[in-house]
Amino acid sequence: MSAIQTTRSEEVHPDVLLVERARGGDVEAFEQLVKQYDRRIFRIAQHITQNREDAEDVVQDAFLKAYEKLEQFQGNSKFYTWLVRIAVNESLMRLRKRRTGRMVSIDEDIETEEGSMPRDLAEWRPDPEMMYGQSELAEILRKTVQGLPPGFRVVFVLRDVEGLSTEETAEALGLSVPAVKSRLLRARLQLRERLSRYFRKKDGDGGK
Amino acid sequence: MTCSEFLAELGDLLDDRVATSLRSDLEMHLKGCEHCVITLNTTRKTIEIYRRHEIYELPEGLRERLHAAILAKCKKGCE
Repeated sequence: MSAIQTTRSEEVHPDVLLVERARGGDVEAFEQLVKQYDRRIFRIAQHITQNREDAEDVVQDAFLKAYEKLEQFQGNSKFYTWLVRIAVNESLMRLRKRRTGRMVSIDEDIETEEGSMPRDLAEWRPDPEMMYGQSELAEILRKTVQGLPPGFRVVFVLRDVEGLSTEETAEALGLSVPAVKSRLLRARLQLRERLSRYFRKKDGDGGK
Repeated sequence: MTCSEFLAELGDLLDDRVATSLRSDLEMHLKGCEHCVITLNTTRKTIEIYRRHEIYELPEGLRERLHAAILAKCKKGCE
């Protein structure tokens, strides 16, 4: 007798159960998914579109589209990654509408050498965030990340801010894993360079 | 190892995805290169700062509007 047994030890992600219930007509199950992810989807949309009204529309359109297409969700990727992909596409569509005539793509080659080699090599103060008030710091962080090319920005946001894995980020954006890794590094280095202006040690810091 | 070679591995180092054999080379480089130490530390800090601070908050009323829109889409029998 074969000793090989089929085991079903893989844990089912709680989202899969919610999706199944929603497919069966349970709207509350879908609303639970909305509450879990609306904040994150809004942030992603805001980072890409850089426009609050557009970001709000993207959140609504992305969830409604997901709701309509629930039958198409295969379950071989996470529901959240699938939802992010919808939201990224919706965000890019909005961005293109606002910037008519200007190519907006996350696939285009980004021709910038900025950030490929660190230039500002000053040390930062030990608690750089303490140098600024909450709203001032948020403004610095917003302004800095907004300065990245869209193709770098979206990779940084998905990977480092929203915590998707490299593979999930690649899947959500339709990019290869090496492309995600390369853009992520460039994005991180560019942000580091720009934040250095605000966070670096000043002459009077006493060499701490 | 040169600084350029170190930088090429920086992403994996930050994500803790470096093979053990390579890790010792990177650590060796860091021992003799203050610039790369600063780059590593400040890049790590950059990521931490962005993770810690929510710079875009969910607009007031958005959740309610979303709720209404979903109910409107919902086929009869959902409520």
